[in-house]
Amino acid sequence: MHSDLVISRSDGRPMYLQIMEQIRQRISVGDWARGSEIPSIRQLAVALRVSVITIKRAYLELEREGVIVTQHGRGSRVAEHPDLQPRLYDEELAHHLEQVARLGELLGITHEELATRVREAADCFERSIHE
Amino acid sequence: MSDLAVHLEHVGKEYPHFILDDINLRLTTGSIMGFIGANGAGKSTTIRILMGLVPPDRGRVEVLGHPIPERQAAAKMDIGFASEDLRLYKPATLAWHMAFIRSIYPAWDEQYAGQLLKRFDLRAEQKIKGLSHGQRVKASLLLILARRPRMLVLDEPTTGLDPVARQEVLQELMEVISDDQRTIFFSSQNTLDIEQISDQITFIDRGRIIDSGDKETFLDRWRRLRLDVPSGVRLPTLPGIVDSRSSGRLAVLTTNRYEPAMAAAFQHAGATVNAVDTMTLEEIFVANVLSRREGRAA
Repeated sequence: MHSDLVISRSDGRPMYLQIMEQIRQRISVGDWARGSEIPSIRQLAVALRVSVITIKRAYLELEREGVIVTQHGRGSRVAEHPDLQPRLYDEELAHHLEQVARLGELLGITHEELATRVREAADCFERSIHE
Repeated sequence: MSDLAVHLEHVGKEYPHFILDDINLRLTTGSIMGFIGANGAGKSTTIRILMGLVPPDRGRVEVLGHPIPERQAAAKMDIGFASEDLRLYKPATLAWHMAFIRSIYPAWDEQYAGQLLKRFDLRAEQKIKGLSHGQRVKASLLLILARRPRMLVLDEPTTGLDPVARQEVLQELMEVISDDQRTIFFSSQNTLDIEQISDQITFIDRGRIIDSGDKETFLDRWRRLRLDVPSGVRLPTLPGIVDSRSSGRLAVLTTNRYEPAMAAAFQHAGATVNAVDTMTLEEIFVANVLSRREGRAA
């Protein structure tokens, strides 16, 4: 049920962020149904061979974001209307934009040209999903 | 009953060429503490003191609520201890060792011992002298785990193990912790193992504890900032910068008290923050030790 979460050593992000992202994915694809019970902090820690404190932190942050609900002494469940508009994707976007800016600088591309190319990429993506 | 499985207060021990100074440790029941130090930093001495094998000159030691060394016999019924110094009897088989331990500890769990044999890929009828290093480490661990002690004290349990055996050992340690009344204290030079499974982390160097805290806070506090500092720009002096290096315009700062405001302050001064990198536990340990050593030498 949860052994399919994987922690990557070569992914530069902290382990708790990786766990949060994967739990969110499980929920968004429906593997972890809305309102359903999820593993306890300790169960998930044992399954993933990762510190209890790391899982605890991931759960706390997910709770703060409204993705899961933890009732004291009764474990955690997926929220009925989980807010999957994640801060995490925001951070990821910022990270990728930074890479774009850095590469642009490296290649000597002007800011205007860079903006144009980002717009083109967005248009191209939009067309591809409407086809 | 206290919820601290290990409690050391102001513990000291003097040897002719080594001093263990003012050791304070608190480990909550149900968690794992990773104890990291270079060779000769005082890890094994600390472990011997908490096992009652060496009496401290000063301070107070309590393990599972028992004062040590006075009540060590009672404490040890509930502690599983493994270290390089403890060897198995070479001419005897693993089965012989299992029967021996079973005769001493009433809590021995035969069924669990059988599962561990399988999971560790060991054969009970094999003699110890025919085992590889990794198999001996796993055999020692099996003898301890099958007693189901409330506390594990492990001195370098993963040293010298191949990657597969290491993961098997870490998996078993996590299984132990699935019961929130059990506690693990382990030392290691392998910061990856500690980073993976520890809740609490303690660094020791030259007989002193140089940092101790929960792992998440630890990893959060330390960052490496890479800055572009145009000539003429002076970086503000901020608290918590433990190391700074620069060559030409590029500067690398290491901090143990990172806050986003820090990057903002550098930007404000006219520098560009190229990157704020998280650090691995190994990098944190090395930076910590070096900055303390330089600090003390100065």
